[in-house]
Amino acid sequence: MNYKHLLFLLLITILNSCKQETYSLSKIEGKQISITDTIATDKSIDDFVKPFRESINKDMDAVLSYAPETYSKSDGDLNTAIGNLMADAVMHESNPIFNKRTGKNIDAVILNHGGIRSIISKGNITTRTAFEIMPFENSIVVVALKGQQIDSMTHYLSQAKRAHPISGIQLTLDKDYNITQALVNKKPIDKDKIYYVATNDYLYNGGDRMRFFKENDSLYTLDYKIRNAMIDYFKKTDTINPVIDNRFIQTK
Amino acid sequence: MKRRDFIQQATAATALITVGGYGLQSFATSSKSKKITILHTNDVHSHIDAFGPEDGRNANKGGVARRATLIENIRKDNPNTLLLDAGDIFQGTPYFNYYGGELEFKLMSKLKYDLATIGNHDFDNGIDGLYAQLPHASFGFVSANYDFKNTVMDTHVKPYQIFKKEGIKIGVFGLGIQLDGLVDKKMYKETEYLDPIEAAQEMTRILKTNEKCDLIICLSHLGYNYSKSPDKISDLNLAKATKDIDLIIGGHTHTFLPKPTVAQNIEGKNVLVNQVGCYGINLGKIDFYFDADSTKKAEGTSIIV
Repeated sequence: MNYKHLLFLLLITILNSCKQETYSLSKIEGKQISITDTIATDKSIDDFVKPFRESINKDMDAVLSYAPETYSKSDGDLNTAIGNLMADAVMHESNPIFNKRTGKNIDAVILNHGGIRSIISKGNITTRTAFEIMPFENSIVVVALKGQQIDSMTHYLSQAKRAHPISGIQLTLDKDYNITQALVNKKPIDKDKIYYVATNDYLYNGGDRMRFFKENDSLYTLDYKIRNAMIDYFKKTDTINPVIDNRFIQTK
Repeated sequence: MKRRDFIQQATAATALITVGGYGLQSFATSSKSKKITILHTNDVHSHIDAFGPEDGRNANKGGVARRATLIENIRKDNPNTLLLDAGDIFQGTPYFNYYGGELEFKLMSKLKYDLATIGNHDFDNGIDGLYAQLPHASFGFVSANYDFKNTVMDTHVKPYQIFKKEGIKIGVFGLGIQLDGLVDKKMYKETEYLDPIEAAQEMTRILKTNEKCDLIICLSHLGYNYSKSPDKISDLNLAKATKDIDLIIGGHTHTFLPKPTVAQNIEGKNVLVNQVGCYGINLGKIDFYFDADSTKKAEGTSIIV
């Protein structure tokens, strides 16, 4: 055997293989595949989930109320039916608790649009619906704010340009998102008055950049979850009927 | 003796390349093409079960057991597949309220996810709640702009991870959204948010220049874009401000796109930006075809979306 020949071949091999290893991107194909009921379920995965599902379903399937329509947070401009329902439910369910403890009444409620996590589908409303709309463990707090802070709050709402759920407040913006009217309890905001605003602990701590809660007179923790307020509201309401109204509007 | 064996093997290899290179040109072209499939989800939000038939919007869609079948079939077709998630794995169904994310991580492990980034809702049981579920995840986490060094997550999240599939080097790095104002500080504790563009530039320098990756993917939870705050950092703004990223897989904004977006980077080169809505309703599939340079066509990369 002539080793020189072999070494030469080896050299060629190395050169060749180095060259072969350089690859460049020639084509990209991108698409989205919908996961629908035409795809078979993987039995081993389904069997794994089954005991957990059955355990949860025992709690979740209780029928609480009825929805005559489907309600979504994307239906509406600055206020939505589902958001109005949430804010009104918080007002309705937490005011008796707050009043009993303090002798005072809640003036306004503010939640956040991003906190509406699901639609309400037409049909039966169950405990599951409440978990889907409000999966977070956030609790209701009532914050005592001076009129000046209420101005900061309405300013925030005007600049956020989103349908953050509110109750007890009426806010009108012009086409440039300037406030033309801001009412609490149907009255103009009094700079020196103390207002009691219900929200959740996440927003109170500055969530969604709601910084106006931090200069407050006092904080009342109700130890009452938003989700439980909704469940209690649904239990008392045979058929819900939320509507888009004029509580937060823009005049063009 | 051993040296001689090696040389003989080398000779045989040469012969094979010679045949491949000159003898059967058409056959050689197909064997020199490599395909990498990237599958991705985002914002699954604990949607383990499919939506029921009565759901007002997503009736009969989604479901992890169906996703498993689909992914398995794609993997059979192309073993060179990566499965990625762009964050917000947690929160959205009672499964999370009851089991704290254990099921989500276990199922993703069964589906053989390769990597995920961290979304704001993955902090919903606090950073300690996320840490507690890590033993259930067989896949890794990447984030280049969350500094966890003063938290329990320290060392459990890497800035990037490199995969090698059939000789193709794929670098994947993660980016997370600003937590201040979005997540309660008591939840994310001492997690430090760093500028996403600076982090991305650092990552592409490492992955492209140092590691010589063939493919660079950003797994982002920044959000697709913000029409009312157009300057806010988003996937589209990130694409424009950076270079050397081939694909940005996004999340957070629950954006349903009719097809992946072809954006232009700072050098005017194409970047693919994709997001597949939310709740496990869709699976994103991006196929990257690599040709050996000897057969490379002059016109560069074609994108079919």
